Amino acid sequence: MTWTEITPAEWEALQLSLRVASVAVLCSLPLALGVAALLARGRFPGRLLLDGLVHLPLVVPPVVVGYLLLVAFGKQGWFGAFLFDVFGVTIAFTWKGAAIAAAIMAFPLMVRAMRLSLEAVDRRLETAARTLGARPWRVYATITLPLMAPGILSGMVLAFARCLGEFGATITFVSNIPGETQTLPIAIYNALQIPGGELIAARLAGLSIVLALAALGFSELLARRSRARMAD
Amino acid sequence: MLEVAVRRQWPGFLLDANFEAPQGITVLYGRSGAGKTMLVNMLAGLARPERGHIRMDGETLFEAGIVDLPPERRRLGFVFQESRLFPHLSVNGNLRYGERLKPASERRFTFDHIVTLLGLEKLLSRRPGTLSGGEKQRVAIGRALLSAPRALLMDEPLASLDADRKADLLPFIESLRDELGMTIVYVSHAMDEIIRLADTLVLIDNGKTVAAGGLQELTSRLDLRPLTGRAEAGSVLAATVLGHDPNYQLTTLGIDGGTLLVSLLDLAIGSRLRVRIRARDVALSLTEPEATSVLNKFSGVITEIADDDGPQVDILLDIGCPLRARITRRSVAELDLKPGQPVYALVKAVAIDRRSLGPRQQKTSDG
Repeated sequence: MTWTEITPAEWEALQLSLRVASVAVLCSLPLALGVAALLARGRFPGRLLLDGLVHLPLVVPPVVVGYLLLVAFGKQGWFGAFLFDVFGVTIAFTWKGAAIAAAIMAFPLMVRAMRLSLEAVDRRLETAARTLGARPWRVYATITLPLMAPGILSGMVLAFARCLGEFGATITFVSNIPGETQTLPIAIYNALQIPGGELIAARLAGLSIVLALAALGFSELLARRSRARMAD
Repeated sequence: MLEVAVRRQWPGFLLDANFEAPQGITVLYGRSGAGKTMLVNMLAGLARPERGHIRMDGETLFEAGIVDLPPERRRLGFVFQESRLFPHLSVNGNLRYGERLKPASERRFTFDHIVTLLGLEKLLSRRPGTLSGGEKQRVAIGRALLSAPRALLMDEPLASLDADRKADLLPFIESLRDELGMTIVYVSHAMDEIIRLADTLVLIDNGKTVAAGGLQELTSRLDLRPLTGRAEAGSVLAATVLGHDPNYQLTTLGIDGGTLLVSLLDLAIGSRLRVRIRARDVALSLTEPEATSVLNKFSGVITEIADDDGPQVDILLDIGCPLRARITRRSVAELDLKPGQPVYALVKAVAIDRRSLGPRQQKTSDG
């Protein structure tokens, strides 16, 4: 075994991580946009409560989040039992569970970026669009969302990177099953538990760093592009 | 025709407006804080009156408690003071934004027509961020027109431009009326814009429409002086260019009371224009003055003396058309001026500056 030789099992961990992170980000995107809109513009009782709830994963130990997920989505859990009985779907100990855990842990970062970008949108432009004949949903799609685009992208990249690194909630909720729930961080942890696994751990750590840097570079590129487009 | 009767009460402020805007330019004039912007926002559906109605060509846009069309269904174009162009779209994208939302059968003007009218050909691929203030406003006007509005609301569209850019833009706004036949409600507190543009003037004071009518009629009413402002108060006269004197660089204008000499104008003989003569620039004499430097001399009769306690008194004269003069209370007493008395009015030619002259195109409707 050498530094550059990546085993099939490691590839599997990498692919699984990418899949879990992508699914987590894409599926939570609409919800994050909705919550960002509620927090930035909504005026309703309980707004502060929602704000706190969304930020909870940032301050609560990840293991606690994992435990709560297990309670809710486990086969005996109130929601997990319902899903299994009605749809025959199992969440706990599957990659879908890993995606849910990752999505919840990354949710505060995503909402925060989108909320800030929404707050920066000049509402007078939306009013102008209304006077030109656009209904509210069209205004949102053609004015608000494009103006939010840089914030949405940076929120997604941030969340993606956070999902790749998710460990505590994931291992608590869906355990460590190679090929199903063993994502990169869990594989690294696993490698360190086996005698002689240091090289594997080092390779996987290197992979993680490359992935994170690629995500950052990508987001920077997009941000520059959209800035240039607005300026000229 | 836009018919407006709206009312809304805030703590310490009552907006109560009644007016009609026929085809042409109706200027809503009043001091800042008088409620002009709130009023146009109500017309556009951006603010809600508590009582009243708003109708456009017979269709009800608002009727308290019954009808309240959202802005996108009122079909009133809005040009804001800050042009509010969409920064993520090109000029072309901005212009097409409202046009795309209208079925072809509802469109009033073609894209090319508007682009040519407003001189936007060279700007189409540019981003709003690279445009000058005047260019932005032209694009904003074009964008509003292409959304096929039945009337155009303009909220101080020139207020953020310097004098030169303003002068550049005024002919474009006139062409909306003269070439497109638009009904325009135009909010302003700048006298030079009003002289140039207003077909109908609606005076707004402290939330209420206090008078509406033609420009000449309203500016010659002494009771409205507190609204038009002390320094700006004056008469607006319809005039025609009769001749030029290149030697002394003077232009002779024909007005209802005779002729008026002003500094040389770059206008063809026969052109029509409006002239504002500020009341403070008019002096009175009981005898015909001779050997005076004042070039403009009119004989007339005092029709009204404003009842005022201040040091100054406003006097309305008839010199063939109404003319306002402002002199000191002391002069009124010393000359023993009374209504019905014949007097001579003196106006210095140099007192009539460029801001007081408004060239008019062929279609005029002076009130």
